[in-house]
Amino acid sequence: MPSKSKFKEVMRRDRVFDFMVPGGRHAVIAKQLDISHDIVLYVEGISVSFDGFKALNDLNLYINNGELRCIIGPNGAGKTTMMDVITGKTKPDAGTAFFGQTMDLTAMSEYEIAAAGIGRKFQKPTIFPEHTVFENLELAMHCDKRVWTTLFARLSSAQQDRILEIVDTIMLAAQINLQAKNLSHGQKQWLEIGMLLMQNPQLLLVDEPIAGMTQQETERTAELLTSLAGQHSVVVVEHDMEFVRSIAKTVTVLHEGHVLAEGSMDEVQNNQQVIEVYLGE
Amino acid sequence: MAKKYLMNSKQKSFIHFLMILFLGMIFVSPGLANTISDADFRDSLSALNQKKFTQKIQAIEKLAEFDHGKTRFVMQSLLDGNLFYRKSDKNIFIAEKTDTELVLKDVISLEVIDIVGKRDARKISVNNKIRKLLRLKISAMSLSHSDPKVRHAAVKEMMKKPALETSNILRQYVASENDETVKNTLRVAIALYDVKSDDKSIKLAALDILGESSSLESKYAVLAVLEKDSQASYIEQDQEIIQHAKKILDSIETQLKFYGFLETLFFGLSLGSVLLLAAIGLAITFGVMGVINMAHGELIMLGAYTTYVIQLLMPNNIEYSVLVAIPAAFLVAGIVGIMIERGILQFLYGRPLETLLATFGVSLVLQQLVRSVFSPLNRSVETPEWMSGAWQINSTLAITFNRLYILLFCIFVFIMLLLILKKTALGLYIRAVSQNRQMAKAMGVRSEWVDALTFGLGSGIAGVAGVALSQLTNVGPNMGQAYIIDSFMVVVFGGVGNLWGTFIGAMSLGVVNKFLEPWSGAVLAKILILVFIILFIQKRPRGLFPQKGRSAEN
Amino acid sequence: MTAQAHIKNKSLITQLFMSDKGSQIFFALLMTMTIVVPILHLAVPADSALHVSAYTLTLLGKYLSFALLAIALDLVWGYCGILSLGHAAFFALGGYAMGMYLMRQIADRGVYGNPELPDFMVFLDWQELPWFWYGFDQFWFAMLMVILVPGLLAYIFGWLAFRSRVTGVYLSIITQALTYALMLAFFRNEMGFGGNNGLTDFKDILGYNLQDDSTRVALFLASAIMLIIGYTVAKFIINSKLGRVTVAIRDAEDRARFVGYKVENYKLWVFTFSAVLAGIAGALYVPQVGIINPGEFSPLNSIELVVWVAVGGRGYLYGAVLGAFIVNFAKTYFTAVLPEVWLFALGGLFIFVTIFMPQGIVGLIAKLTSKKNPSSSPPIENQFSEQKPWKSKADA
Ligand SMILES: Nc1ncnc2c1ncn2[C@@H]1O[C@H](COP(=O)(O)OP(=O)(O)OP(=O)(O)O)[C@@H](O)[C@H]1O
Ligand SMILES: [Mg+2]
Repeated sequence: MPSKSKFKEVMRRDRVFDFMVPGGRHAVIAKQLDISHDIVLYVEGISVSFDGFKALNDLNLYINNGELRCIIGPNGAGKTTMMDVITGKTKPDAGTAFFGQTMDLTAMSEYEIAAAGIGRKFQKPTIFPEHTVFENLELAMHCDKRVWTTLFARLSSAQQDRILEIVDTIMLAAQINLQAKNLSHGQKQWLEIGMLLMQNPQLLLVDEPIAGMTQQETERTAELLTSLAGQHSVVVVEHDMEFVRSIAKTVTVLHEGHVLAEGSMDEVQNNQQVIEVYLGE
Repeated sequence: MAKKYLMNSKQKSFIHFLMILFLGMIFVSPGLANTISDADFRDSLSALNQKKFTQKIQAIEKLAEFDHGKTRFVMQSLLDGNLFYRKSDKNIFIAEKTDTELVLKDVISLEVIDIVGKRDARKISVNNKIRKLLRLKISAMSLSHSDPKVRHAAVKEMMKKPALETSNILRQYVASENDETVKNTLRVAIALYDVKSDDKSIKLAALDILGESSSLESKYAVLAVLEKDSQASYIEQDQEIIQHAKKILDSIETQLKFYGFLETLFFGLSLGSVLLLAAIGLAITFGVMGVINMAHGELIMLGAYTTYVIQLLMPNNIEYSVLVAIPAAFLVAGIVGIMIERGILQFLYGRPLETLLATFGVSLVLQQLVRSVFSPLNRSVETPEWMSGAWQINSTLAITFNRLYILLFCIFVFIMLLLILKKTALGLYIRAVSQNRQMAKAMGVRSEWVDALTFGLGSGIAGVAGVALSQLTNVGPNMGQAYIIDSFMVVVFGGVGNLWGTFIGAMSLGVVNKFLEPWSGAVLAKILILVFIILFIQKRPRGLFPQKGRSAEN
Repeated sequence: MTAQAHIKNKSLITQLFMSDKGSQIFFALLMTMTIVVPILHLAVPADSALHVSAYTLTLLGKYLSFALLAIALDLVWGYCGILSLGHAAFFALGGYAMGMYLMRQIADRGVYGNPELPDFMVFLDWQELPWFWYGFDQFWFAMLMVILVPGLLAYIFGWLAFRSRVTGVYLSIITQALTYALMLAFFRNEMGFGGNNGLTDFKDILGYNLQDDSTRVALFLASAIMLIIGYTVAKFIINSKLGRVTVAIRDAEDRARFVGYKVENYKLWVFTFSAVLAGIAGALYVPQVGIINPGEFSPLNSIELVVWVAVGGRGYLYGAVLGAFIVNFAKTYFTAVLPEVWLFALGGLFIFVTIFMPQGIVGLIAKLTSKKNPSSSPPIENQFSEQKPWKSKADA
């Protein structure tokens, strides 16, 4: 092992030194989300390659608790891949991703990550097509998701109210008993956002949320996302600059799997490199 | 073509020879001078029909003195119990038995002379003593034969039972023998006898010769030297001989193991080649089009039946029938494949589980069709002469020609396929469509047309596989079923959409299967392989060589 | 709040059987058959036109066990998207467990009169009972094995497969390999299950002669009741949230994962449960047909089973039952009257159903009768939308 990565290994913040751990390296699995340092997500030195092509290249990213962060970058910059890594879909070749102080995301599977409090909206809206809007939300709801409990699960009235509340928020009250596959593209986007809300995650990863939405809906989305920030941390990937400008305090620009620039929208827009690779003249 | 190259005349005549020997008839070159007229020959034959065995022995001795072209043949027939005399006139014939009758043939011309009831002719009986004598005489005659291969075969025959008389005969011929292989075999045959000698130096020399030859016979002969008595101490007293024999035994065993290994390897590769032929068409349709063709086995079956029909059409040219059958089977199976694609599959793209069900329906229909048209019974397809027999590499290692040809043919097909995919326009389209159907369409590739041709190609190869299989197994309506699961295993193991994966998958499964068989039995070996693949797919859900990229994920 | 909602306060029974018209009709038919057929067999004189012969009774009993098997497959395929091409293996294993019990019941009435060893073991010159035959002289033990053996096999197999995310076609193919391997194994005499001939020549079950009319009726009733129970439990599962999760997994596996469901556990659970149902079906089948042999493991059987479900309508429990009855009736009819035509018919049915009736008969009926959304394609699973636990403003 090269000395640098060895050093990193030794200095990992989630565990005491190997030799002090009874039963080996993975004996300590932290279950509680610990955001005592006010940072909810640590992405450090992540690299992912597909057949030699580096989709992510030594990516570093820190998301503060309650922050709303926008991520922009040209097609193929690795934005979606980054989300894949954070949600456990793709295992990185190198690097670490931590949720809070204690949870090593690279060692967790998708459902564990979801249960720990990271929700995700896909770039292409994915909902449960044969289920009604209501059922989609019910399925997404934050609760015990083990098999036996699910078999005998009954909706409590608090849970029903919660679902109806979200249905209103996402403006699908009229479609509540409609099968999700019959929704329009924009409505599907909303439904997916609603499912995300039902999960009540600490960290929301939202990949291109406004594709297929009207101007009005876009505004509502912006409103919704800003209102979420504070209690939740939100990471939004979007190509629509106007939208990004309307919601973002901090913007990160990804390019070729690497962070090119980070800062306020204005700073980023005036960054020479960013203009070259992404924004154009 | 690979086939033509392999069919050179030398090998061909060699195969002829083996065939003939097999039937117990011996080919005699016409140049040999007859020192006895046919009439005299017949006369001396009739002396065979004696009551007493001692008289028969005399007759045989006398017969052996003449050098008639048919002497050995007659002796062999006598040995095999095919020599009969007709009761009505006491003449002697070669007889062929049918269920109720005897077909009598002339001993020299082999023309059918008469067909009589079973009671009207009687076999010329022999006892063990006569049999022994006959064998000795036949061997001696063969040892002086002009063809070294005949001589070689004769020596091999005599090796089976080393005895004083035979070893004496063999010794007479060692010096005059000028063919190297025959000479070596002769020496081994003598050594097999000499190794029992009480003379130490003869014994040691014999052991050395046996050590070089390394056949099973040699091994047993050496083992006999090392035999132990009931107290587990060596019967042989001489320590030097014991040590030497042990050394020789070791070396023989290593060599035998090596040859055994080679043989198993060949059988494994042969099975692998069959698997590859069966699976490769599937790999194309599965890999390129995402279609699970459960009727693939039945397309193989159609290929095999095509071979059968072609042989019916050209009964006098069995030699070439297989060569004709290859393109014919390709066409038949290919056209049926295109019909399946156009008629059914084109409605089901993107629904792999449905294609699986629909093609399974097709497989049932094809099976029943063949059952109705031909019969539910198995049909046997004839093997052309040039494909039968075996290539005897040395005394322990023999490779059957049909398997060898199929192995070579399979490699040929594989290379052709690689070339088609890499070098032709169709190949380009196929690869384009398999990687990104939408994009290929946008670029103006007519994807339906490519689909149909791809499916036709995969099916055609299945047909060709059927031709090969018809040379190994029975042709019947159920033959496809026997191969479909194995083919799937190969594809799943090798990884979808990768021809090399299929190649390596097929060959390794074939070889592993054959190496497992000796200690587990054939059925258990197959079960073990299936279990292995079921476990393997847990580790590598997409096979040895998985298709990469995002398109592979859904 | 714009949406007014209330829960329909229906009893469990109503929810399970009366939730939609199809279920109602199905349930009524099943009940009628369960009651009427035994009466027609026992009470109606043999020369009457209404008499149900012993042959027909047993045949219907066989169909009932097939129907249970079809429900088992529909659970995994129709509701969880796992196309198992090896479900006949679980059926056969359950059947073998039952067969072993029946075999031990023969005791010394076999041809060789050995009190302990079944005939085929005596024939093979075996001296003692193999360990895995212990306990099968007890009915309760055999019944335990009917559940445990298929369940355990499914659990281990599923654990391996689902954990590594073997899905779709790959899963289908290895399930087929599984049943094929088992078939080859059971053909071996050394396995100790009667090899080629399997287990047969049964005499009685729980002390009752298998040939007696009353025993036949009892077996018929047992099959019918097990079908009703199996149907009810399956219906309970798919109506529960677990059922909705499995359908969600079927339609959007990734989404289900990211929402926090451990997909492999759900699949494993459903797969194992389904295997147990299949095993029970096998155990009901064997005493009625009087034989179990390795042919039951043949991949063809599993695929035929898939056709039953496809024809009836996957994703509808009663569709699976309907398919099992229709296809098997056709099979019985054709193989008796026009044996050559059967494979043509079956093959043609496969092709026809997959192309023209992807949702099967029930799906087709649902499509024709559904007035809602006539333009959009009908859902695979109508029950959910028809159930409507919620009434929206638009409906009100
Ligand atoms: N599974 C995969 N196999 C091979 N290459 C992949 C895979 N996933 C992503 N890539 C490649 O990695 C690169 C980054 O992809 P990614 O989807 O993360 O880009 P993106 O920033 O989200 O782009 P966009 O803005 O278009 O959504 C792309 O070039 C893509 O082709
Ligand atoms: Mg993206």
